[in-house]
Amino acid sequence: MIEQPISGPTVGHPLVDNAKMSMRDVNVFYGDKQAIFGVDLDIAENQVIAMIGPSGCGKSTFLRSLNRMNDTIDICRVEGTLKLDGQDIYDPKLDVVPLRARVGMVFQKPNPFPKSIYDNVAYGARIHGLVSRRTELDEIVETSLQKAGLWNEVKDRLDEPGTGLSGGQQQRLCIARTIAVSPEVILMDEPCSALDPIATAKIEELIAELSENYTIAIVTHSMQQAARVSHRTAYFHLGKLVEVNETEKVFTNPDHELTEAYITGRFG
Amino acid sequence: MSDSQQDYSQLNNSEPRSKSSTIDLVNKNLAKRYRAEKRFRFLGLASIGFGLLCLVFLFTDIIGKGHSAFFQTYVQLEVTFDADRLDITDLTDENQLAMADYQGVLKAALRERFPDIKSRKDKRDLYKVVSSGGGFELRKMLEADASLLGSTQMLWVLADDDIDTYVKSRGDNIDDAFTGRLSKKKQEVVEVLIADGAVEKKFNAHFFAAGDSREPELAGIKGAIMGSLYTLLVTFSLSFPIGIAAAIYLEKYARKNKFTEFIEVNINNLAAVPSIIFGLLGLAIFINFFSMPRSVPLLGGLVLALMTLPTIIISSRAAIKAVPPSIEEAAMGIGASKMQVILHHVLPLAMPGMLTGAIIGMAQALGETAPLLMIGMVAFIVDVPGGITDPSTVLPVQIFLWADSPERAFVERTSAAIMVLLGFLIVMNTFAVWLRKRLERRW
Repeated sequence: MIEQPISGPTVGHPLVDNAKMSMRDVNVFYGDKQAIFGVDLDIAENQVIAMIGPSGCGKSTFLRSLNRMNDTIDICRVEGTLKLDGQDIYDPKLDVVPLRARVGMVFQKPNPFPKSIYDNVAYGARIHGLVSRRTELDEIVETSLQKAGLWNEVKDRLDEPGTGLSGGQQQRLCIARTIAVSPEVILMDEPCSALDPIATAKIEELIAELSENYTIAIVTHSMQQAARVSHRTAYFHLGKLVEVNETEKVFTNPDHELTEAYITGRFG
Repeated sequence: MSDSQQDYSQLNNSEPRSKSSTIDLVNKNLAKRYRAEKRFRFLGLASIGFGLLCLVFLFTDIIGKGHSAFFQTYVQLEVTFDADRLDITDLTDENQLAMADYQGVLKAALRERFPDIKSRKDKRDLYKVVSSGGGFELRKMLEADASLLGSTQMLWVLADDDIDTYVKSRGDNIDDAFTGRLSKKKQEVVEVLIADGAVEKKFNAHFFAAGDSREPELAGIKGAIMGSLYTLLVTFSLSFPIGIAAAIYLEKYARKNKFTEFIEVNINNLAAVPSIIFGLLGLAIFINFFSMPRSVPLLGGLVLALMTLPTIIISSRAAIKAVPPSIEEAAMGIGASKMQVILHHVLPLAMPGMLTGAIIGMAQALGETAPLLMIGMVAFIVDVPGGITDPSTVLPVQIFLWADSPERAFVERTSAAIMVLLGFLIVMNTFAVWLRKRLERRW
C-alpha cells in the first residue's frame, strides 16, 4: 500500500454549475476520531455520481451525512455546509423528516419491511400523507414498481410478504419503496454488494434509467460498476476526497497518482 | 511403484514421530471426544428425566389428593315444604323467604327418616348429617317454583363434611373409613343411609360457584378465582403499558450516560428483590400514606404491577434490541419520524417478545402470595368480589388459607385449588405460546 501524505486540494473538477447538492468543507467526527477531512463536492442534477475508494475511506460516512442518517449515531458530528438546492440541510430549524423524503436512501443489504409487497411500497406515501384515496395509492405503487422494473414479476402477488422475494427482487423493491415518495436525490450505499451478477446487472440498468429523472449518488466497491453506471466519479482516500472527474477520465487517465494506483489494483 | 513405496517408507522413517503421532493422537482424542460427547448428552438427558420425574410426582400427588374434591356427598331425604314450619305466608315477601327456617324442615325430614332416635344428644348428632348450609338449596327451589310450598319432595341434600370425608374414605370396606370426629351414632345413621342407597357422590358444582366458607362442604373457589382475575387485570393494565413505555424510552430515546446506567442497574436489582418487600412498600405507601382500602384487587394489582414491572421492562428491552436495525434504517431512509419508526416497525416486531415477557410476569403475579399477605388480602372473605374495589382474596392465598385449616375435607380442597391454579397457569402459558406464534407469522 502506498503510504504517502495526502495533502493539497482535491484534483479534478469537484464543483459543477448545475449542482443539486453542494458540500463545502465537510468534516465528520466519530467522537474524537475524524472520519472525513474537509471535503468540497457538488452533486450535479440528474446525474449519477459514484464514490469509490478503499474500505474505511469514509465514502459511506459521507453518503450518510447527505440525508442526515448519521444523526442516529450519538457520537457522530458533522461540520461544514451541506446544501440541497441552496438550503442548508444541517440547519437546526430544518425538519429531518421532509429532508429524508427528498433525499431517499437504498442500503447495502436489501431491507424490505416484514409486510406485504404493496405495503412496502405504499408505506412512504402513507406516512407522508401523499394520497387521500386508495386508487391514488394503487397508482403510486404500480408506477413505483414499474420504474423499479419489478411490476411484471410481482403484480399478481402484491399481498405476499416482501421478505419472500429473492435478494435482487428485494433490492428493487427497496428502490421502488424509495422512489414511491418521489425523492429528488437517491443515495445508494453499495446496493449490489449482496447480490449475484444477474441481479446486479438489473440494478445497474435501473440506475441508468432512473438517472434521467433523479439525482443519484452511489457508493460502490466495484470499479466496473462505477465505470458502467456513473457520469462522474469521486475517489476517496483515508477520509479525504482525492479526485473528482468525469468517470471516463477517472478510469482512463486519472489526474492523481493515488487514483491511478487504486483503479489499477495496486491497493484497495 | 516399488520406488515410490520405498520413498514413502523412507519418508515415514525419516519423520516417524510427527507423521504417525499426529494421526494417532487425533484418533486417540477422537475416541475420548466421543466419550465426552456421550457423557454430555447423557447429562442433559438425565436432567430432563429428573425434572420430568419431579413433575410426575407432583402431579400424581396433587391429583391423587385433589380429585375427590370435585365430587361431593349428598344424602337423599323426603322433605316436606311445610308452610307453617317454614313460617312463610306470602312467597313474594323477600323478608319471609330470607328468614324462613329451612334447616328446621331438613331436621324434621331427618326425624321422620329415623323415628327411633329419641334422645336429645342423638338427635343433635342426627341433625349434623346434613350440612348447615343445606337449607339454602331449599330456598332457591322455592324461589324458582312457588308450587313446591306444601308439597313433599325426594331431595338430594348436601351432606356435612365429616360425612363426606367418611363416605369418600370408606370405599367398599368399612374398616378403611376415616371416622375422625364422627360419633358412633352418626356413623350408624350414615351406614343405614348407604345401605338404602340414599347416599351419593355428585359433581361438586358448589366448589366452582361459591366463595370461601368455614364449612368445607360449602367452601368454593369462585371468590378466589374472581379475585385473581381482577387483580391480574389491574396488574396487566398497569405494568404492560408502563413497562413497554419505559423500555422504549430507555432503548430508543435515552442517551447513554451515568444516569441511565444508574436506572438500568436499579431495574435489574428490582427484578431480584424479594416479593414481600413490595408488599411492605404497598402497605407503607398505598395503605398508610394514600389510605387506600385493604384487601382489594386494586391494591393487590398495584403492588403486583410494581413487582412485575422490572421483568416486563427487561424482556421488552431485549425484544426491542432484537429488532434488526436495518428495518429502522429503511423506515428512516424514506422519512419516517422516530415515533413512526417505533410504532410501525419496532413495536410490531418486538411485540411477540414483549408479550411473552408480560405473560411470564403475569404468571409470576398469579402465583404470588407474600406481598398480598402484607396488604390484607389474606382475610377470610365469603362473598365473591364483583369489582376491583371489593374485598377479595386470590388463588394462592386461598390455597394458603385452606392448607392452614384443620378440617380434613380442606386437604382435598387445597389440592383441588392447586389444580385450578396450575390449570390457569397452563392456559396462560399456552395462550402466550399461541400469541407468539401468531404474531411471528406476520414476518
